[in-house]
Amino acid sequence: MTNINNTTPMEKLTPGGDIYTSGNARDFKTGDWRSIKPIYISEKCKQCGLCFPVCPDDAIPVNSECNREDFNYDYCKGCGVCAKVCPFGAIEMKEEG
Amino acid sequence: MSIRERLSGNEAAATAMKQINPDVVAAFPITPSTEIPQYFSTFVANGVVDTEFVAVESEHSAMSACIGAEAAGARAMTATSANGLSLMWEMIYIASSLRLPIVLSLVNRAVSGPLNIHCDHSDAMGVRDSGWIMLFSETNQEAYDNTLMAHRIAEHKDVMLPLMICQDGFITSHAIENIELVEDDKVKEFVGEYKPEHYLLNKNEPIAVGPLDLQAYLFEHKAQQAEAMKNAKQVILDVSKDFEKMTGRKYGLFEEYKLDDCEVAIVCMNSTAGTTKFVVDNLRNQGIKAGLLKVRVFRPFPAEEIAKALSHVKAVAILDKADSLNAAGGALFEDTVSAMYVNNVHVPAINYIYGIGGRDTKADDIESVYKDLLEITQTGNIENPYRYLGLRKEEN
Repeated sequence: MTNINNTTPMEKLTPGGDIYTSGNARDFKTGDWRSIKPIYISEKCKQCGLCFPVCPDDAIPVNSECNREDFNYDYCKGCGVCAKVCPFGAIEMKEEG
Repeated sequence: MSIRERLSGNEAAATAMKQINPDVVAAFPITPSTEIPQYFSTFVANGVVDTEFVAVESEHSAMSACIGAEAAGARAMTATSANGLSLMWEMIYIASSLRLPIVLSLVNRAVSGPLNIHCDHSDAMGVRDSGWIMLFSETNQEAYDNTLMAHRIAEHKDVMLPLMICQDGFITSHAIENIELVEDDKVKEFVGEYKPEHYLLNKNEPIAVGPLDLQAYLFEHKAQQAEAMKNAKQVILDVSKDFEKMTGRKYGLFEEYKLDDCEVAIVCMNSTAGTTKFVVDNLRNQGIKAGLLKVRVFRPFPAEEIAKALSHVKAVAILDKADSLNAAGGALFEDTVSAMYVNNVHVPAINYIYGIGGRDTKADDIESVYKDLLEITQTGNIENPYRYLGLRKEEN
């Protein structure tokens, strides 16, 4: 149902674009809206935990040890809030290529 | 046996709604359609319908409530006129693009300004490209009959588009005519129950309605609407055939009145067709071969069929009860001549803008159009195809 893209013919799309399943906001990848990109420098990261709560798109995954991992670029829109709050310079913003 | 009654056009529309007994009616009063929700709320108060009547604070809310109700899986109806339809405009497009088969009774009135409450078709013409099916009604009987057929057309799985039934404000909405009603149980059986395939209140299938639809998808969704509009043509004919079986009253995409052997023809919609029939009869008595093509289904526009029906005439006048103010003729004229051109029919055609703001259009006016057409058939000259009927001008 949500497995559609810019090659799907009109006959395969639902009328009005209705979505006949629930819990699929995850399928709508918004990362390509980004113009600048955060780069995670793990050597500088102290796992202080300040970055992931401020991410508006929940694009910083946290594992079961409560440690953050690399960015989820499917949803990161490059707002730069995480880079701003990082006290250790472990996040650098770079222009998207 | 059908029931003989005498009802105004508004009463006829409200009576049809009563017999349909929709789940939801959301409406806001506006002249000249006020009586429809007024009568209907009386039916609700008296318990003769099961409908949830939503007394909204504006027409924008009326259409929004109908959209919510239809998306939830209910059958929703409303009524409005002129500026009420203007206020609905945003939601009119939402209704059709979400493919919700809402049925609207549109009692045609001039859209202000300056302020006018009388009949012309400027309200309907303002939404002619909004993806709604549009049926026009010459008489109270037709307004009633079209309403009974509306849901079968709109809710058909190949269509799923909203539908409006137009009738002329005051001219038919407030004039009492003899009418034949269908019995309640027959209407119930004919209209049937609305069983949408997907709807919001289905707990077994949680769905999302009206998602973001950007560059990759909107084009295809609009093309789906266009496809549904094309499909509507056959569905309208099929439903009309079933209706004829029940009532004996025959409806097509348009009505041809003494058209097949005529030399000069008028194309028009709604109550003016009645006046035109009277004139056609008079002219026929004088040996003049006059005819009429009365458009019933304006959206989808039966382009090919109209072009074919007009192909033999020597001159045709298309009457628009709304001026498109585009220096190139009214909407019905543009659609008709475009249909003829594309179908390789080359009949001299002229346009008359008439009846604006409820200006009375009398038999003499219609007769003058046929006289103009006869002159064109003799001289072959059309000095100005964009004309007015009944407009005061200094040189007159």
